[in-house]
Amino acid sequence: MSVQGYRVTRGSNASRLAGLLGLIILLILIAAPWWAGRADMRLMGEVFLYLALASLWNLMAGYAGLVSVGQQAYVGFGGYMLFALTIFGGLNPVVAIAIAGLLGAAISVPVAALIFRLRGAYFAIGTWVMAEVFRLSFAQVSALGGGSGTSLPANIVRAMADGRDAREALSYWLALGMAVLVVAAVYLFLRSRNGLALTAIRDNELAARSLGIDIFRTKFLVYIVTSAMTAMVGALIFLQKLRISPDAAFSVNDWTAFVIFIVVIGGIGTIEGPIIGTLVFFALRETLADLGTIYLMVLGLVAIVIMLKAPKGIWGLIKDRFNLQLFPLGYRVVRPDSTRDDQKGA
Amino acid sequence: MDWVNAVIQGALLGGLYALFAAGLSLIFGVMRLVNIAHGDLIVMAAYLGLTTSVALGVHPLLALVLVIPMMAAIGYVLQRGILNHTLGDDLLPPLLVTFGLSVIIQNVLLEGYSADPQKMNGGALETASVSVGSLSLGLLPILTFVVAVGVIAGLQWMFYHTALGRSFRAVSDNQDIAQLMGLNKRHIFGLAMALALAVTAIGGIFLGIRTSFDPSIGGGRLIFGFEAVIIGGLGNLWGTLAGGVILGVAQTVGAKIDPGWQILAGHIVFLLILAVRPNGLFPRVSA
Amino acid sequence: MPEPILDIRGLDAHYGDFQALYGLNLTLAPGEVLAIIGSNGAGKTTLLRSISGLMSNGAAQIRYRGTPIGALRADQVASLGIALVPEGRQLFPSLSVEENLLIGGRVKRAGPWSLSKVYELFPILQDRRHQASTSLSGGQQQMVAIGRALMANPDLILFDEISLGLAPIIIRDIYAALPGIVGGGMSAVIVEQDISKALSVSSRVYCLQEGRVSLEGDSATVSRDDISRAYFGIA
Repeated sequence: MSVQGYRVTRGSNASRLAGLLGLIILLILIAAPWWAGRADMRLMGEVFLYLALASLWNLMAGYAGLVSVGQQAYVGFGGYMLFALTIFGGLNPVVAIAIAGLLGAAISVPVAALIFRLRGAYFAIGTWVMAEVFRLSFAQVSALGGGSGTSLPANIVRAMADGRDAREALSYWLALGMAVLVVAAVYLFLRSRNGLALTAIRDNELAARSLGIDIFRTKFLVYIVTSAMTAMVGALIFLQKLRISPDAAFSVNDWTAFVIFIVVIGGIGTIEGPIIGTLVFFALRETLADLGTIYLMVLGLVAIVIMLKAPKGIWGLIKDRFNLQLFPLGYRVVRPDSTRDDQKGA
Repeated sequence: MDWVNAVIQGALLGGLYALFAAGLSLIFGVMRLVNIAHGDLIVMAAYLGLTTSVALGVHPLLALVLVIPMMAAIGYVLQRGILNHTLGDDLLPPLLVTFGLSVIIQNVLLEGYSADPQKMNGGALETASVSVGSLSLGLLPILTFVVAVGVIAGLQWMFYHTALGRSFRAVSDNQDIAQLMGLNKRHIFGLAMALALAVTAIGGIFLGIRTSFDPSIGGGRLIFGFEAVIIGGLGNLWGTLAGGVILGVAQTVGAKIDPGWQILAGHIVFLLILAVRPNGLFPRVSA
Repeated sequence: MPEPILDIRGLDAHYGDFQALYGLNLTLAPGEVLAIIGSNGAGKTTLLRSISGLMSNGAAQIRYRGTPIGALRADQVASLGIALVPEGRQLFPSLSVEENLLIGGRVKRAGPWSLSKVYELFPILQDRRHQASTSLSGGQQQMVAIGRALMANPDLILFDEISLGLAPIIIRDIYAALPGIVGGGMSAVIVEQDISKALSVSSRVYCLQEGRVSLEGDSATVSRDDISRAYFGIA
């Protein structure tokens, strides 16, 4: 589209460069089993799963305005479904992960029907109540170890792949694949009609309503998709841990507090934010984890300071300074005399 | 008779939950703030009570004389120093900042007191009981309930019959116009949080005499308080007491059916009420 | 000429990117009643919001008794003795009539106004004093809003569109009460759509147009043609 040479475009040199760079990094990461040690791969696997959780929470809170402090409900649910489907259903773990996602979507529908009655901050605590209901319910299931939990039987683990190295590699690739799937899904979703509607709602609920955007349906859809994917991530997390218990599966600190800190520090409401936040989070963890409780206090303090002083997070600061967008969502107008762009107007 | 006993015990337990809930209800009413760290502040009050009563060698209830003003001061400083900066149209900042506070408070308590469960020594009060017919009721639960009724009556009176309560309602109605009346809303919000945490101090001490506690239990207390507020209906203090009683009864009756069901039964009753009466049992709209 | 009670020099006001006032100048002598007229969007309400502290401005752009108050908060401005009767009454719905008046008296300045004096001015309010403020008619609500401002015993009172949305007979009653209010030496700024009403109660008049003063004059002598030109910008 052009008016006297003006063009409207989504991409920019930076985003194309980022795309190319991202592709190269992705190829290097895929090849990790050939160049990385076992401990490094485990750490990277964890990084990918946290990135997936953070991107999903960001989609809900940063775009759909659904601030949940109860996502551990779906992490734990997915983990327990993996164990149940493989132990009692005899399914291959990889198949079980996909089915855990579907079951996560199914259970999220009645949950949403209830907690969507709560507004704003009360919605947040409502999600927490739900997570507690999940935790207490699974603690009642004696076949899955009740309150003390259970381990994944060795024969199921062995059925995944031949040999420990192959299993570790598969586990790593699943985590990497999950992160790529989630980030790509969030990106494509935000570019879609529904995604644009979401952004419109976030920016102005009243105006969006007057444009006839069905807010409830869009938010509902986001909640269900997020729940499904969070359940899949949860299944993957406990496939790596090989052991599950209600307290570990439904931990508010591990699966929600850390995730929220990652998103806030990186930059809420941007796709890049969770990526940056995850890297910062793990960098801090690997250097400060020995400090134990002090580390958590510092993390909480950093999140509060960022929320008060730079609510758009680290990525927001970078973006404002350099006008960068690596995942082109918005449109920008390119002037005809712009020499920074190689493409001529269409 | 066992069932009657369970119901009465539950109702009395509801008094404790009402004490957890009253502070939440108050700050939501005045400034529409939902404090995720509320439960951790309750636990913090319990630890302050423990330290005070051990250090001075006094009964935990006497420690309230110090813990109430301490918590009130913490509330005022917290509100003016941090929380006032989060208030506005966007709901994310208050939510995420109080969530961060929650994690900080938990870990400060962990650092200071370790993860071992602690308990306050309530002396004879813990075991004393009164016989009503064939029922034997603990003096401590009765006292807790009476104090909860007193606190709620006091808050209600303060809200509708004092200059401070008038200021709270005015700021809650319209912050700009209240400023025109010479009310500094930041100060008023600070006072509201001070009052809320003063009530929290009472709840925390009764919690600490009744059961053992550790730094991780704040989240659960927040949820009980929140459930009591929603069951009772937003903005209704007496409703909050009723909500606490309903939650308490659900828990004790649930525990009677199966000990593992105690907390779950409370959550389920909460969800049922949310499904049937989303605005709570006694909603009060904009008053 | 006595020192002005209110001295506004080069006042700019913005709502985000939108500028509502451009370098506005205005003075008010003690005891004077000033009328501000102008079409919708001319900046009248913005001017009152700026004076009362609901909008923050450059400190020295607004001086009250020589003190710069442009950057003060509304509650600080109120305690100095400036009260605003806001557009649309804006009573506190969860407060009774009497409570609305009492909260107006919160700044506790010394002066002639008290609960009984307000009831004397508007007797109907005494009968309704325990009712919810929202249960009153529009005119009665306006009386509460005026009474609430008087309870602060201000030295300067600002009225924003006090006749808006009221029946003519009610407007007449309310304006009949004005001399009793400002007669005691209180200074007043009255923003009013009804030009003849504005001129009849004021000694001087300012007309605003697109955020600037387009006319300033004596209310008794200013010509209708001048006002039309200043109002609509027809040269």
